[in-house]
Amino acid sequence: MAGISFDDVTVTAEAAGGDVVILRHVSAELTERRVALIGGNGSGKSTLARLINGLVSASSGVVTVDGLDVSDEGPAVRRRVGFVFTQPAAQLVMPTVAEDIALSLRRLVPDKHERQQRVLSILDSYGLAHLAATSVHALSGGQQQLLALAGVLATEPSIVVADEPTTLLDLRNSVIVADRLFALEQQLVLVTHDLDLALRCERVLVIEDGAIAFDGEPAAAVDHYRRSVATP
Amino acid sequence: MRRSLPLGIYRPGSTIWHRIPAGPKLGLVVLASIAVVALRGPWPCVAALGVALGISLWARVPPQVVWRGLRPFLLVVAILGAFQWWQRGWPVAVEVVATTVALVVVATTFTATTPTDRLLDAIVRGLGPFRRIGVRPEKVALAFSLMITAIPAIFEIAHETREAAKARGLERSVRANLSPMAIRTVAHAYETGAALHARGIGDD
Repeated sequence: MAGISFDDVTVTAEAAGGDVVILRHVSAELTERRVALIGGNGSGKSTLARLINGLVSASSGVVTVDGLDVSDEGPAVRRRVGFVFTQPAAQLVMPTVAEDIALSLRRLVPDKHERQQRVLSILDSYGLAHLAATSVHALSGGQQQLLALAGVLATEPSIVVADEPTTLLDLRNSVIVADRLFALEQQLVLVTHDLDLALRCERVLVIEDGAIAFDGEPAAAVDHYRRSVATP
Repeated sequence: MRRSLPLGIYRPGSTIWHRIPAGPKLGLVVLASIAVVALRGPWPCVAALGVALGISLWARVPPQVVWRGLRPFLLVVAILGAFQWWQRGWPVAVEVVATTVALVVVATTFTATTPTDRLLDAIVRGLGPFRRIGVRPEKVALAFSLMITAIPAIFEIAHETREAAKARGLERSVRANLSPMAIRTVAHAYETGAALHARGIGDD
């Protein structure tokens, strides 16, 4: 079955005073091309997104991606799901721009000369070719997030999960990264505090206190979220 | 934008040091490092430092890059040198300082002339025969390159932690400097692991 499925998923975490429930009995089928997860800080939306490629494991319930159980077939799922983090610097693990993209391509392109060509082509398409030999730490936040996105897409995933990818960026970079994400052919699951971005999606889930409080049309979901925030 | 150490940063070039394949070059670095550490007496160690600096110039690694690589180690080297001078006399102090600086210069020159991607390939090839005894060359290579990448990142964390302590007037507090640095270093390792996990690296 194509798409992402959560079946009665609960996530708990150990804490000093006993287990804390982060997500409780969440069930949903995400098949739309653009899905947004919105909600307050600590509501559980990032945990829900991280379940999709096994960065977080469900304490109970089942998460599947294209019919593959994430807990049993993690590597196969991760080959399908690319993940973009909030903090771009955290996901860049090689010293230079070109080397970071090359790391993503190692499995898909074993030949180093072909890999090098592919790296340059990818960087060119993201307007980063002139920075190929630059330290990843010397890039601006926007360039880092574009590079992170390029590194994720180099692995040719069929689904992209982006956890607040524009939160740390200025307006200009945030528009560039958002436009890149919405131009993707892949299914996009976007965790965001930016309600304008949520409105560009086909479906929006509002997460409150570890549960889905609203699931539906973007305008209605954003309206629900605004009202819930306004209610003391 | 984060500051970064030049260690681990490849600088494209066409010198012979850029053209030597990564595997043999890594072997040379290992042998040179063993030789430098085995040297005894202040003048042979100073000569080894001169050779290391000469090679970095030959490889067209800009002196400011070598200097930026050395700078974070200077305090440790100075303390080490002073301690050795006090305990064992100036010849040993010169030996220890020259050896340490020479090793940093060699490491900076190696990483400046070797793309990490090539280094990974070389390690995977070199460790290939050990697959039959359970060694996973891809994982060893990845760990090696992450180690190189982690050094500048940890220095950056140390710098930020010092700045944060200073902002609160706690620059002399060992606790305010070391505790957050340890926690942030572990957090950095966790984030790196999550980033690799998310990209499916290490799954194979």
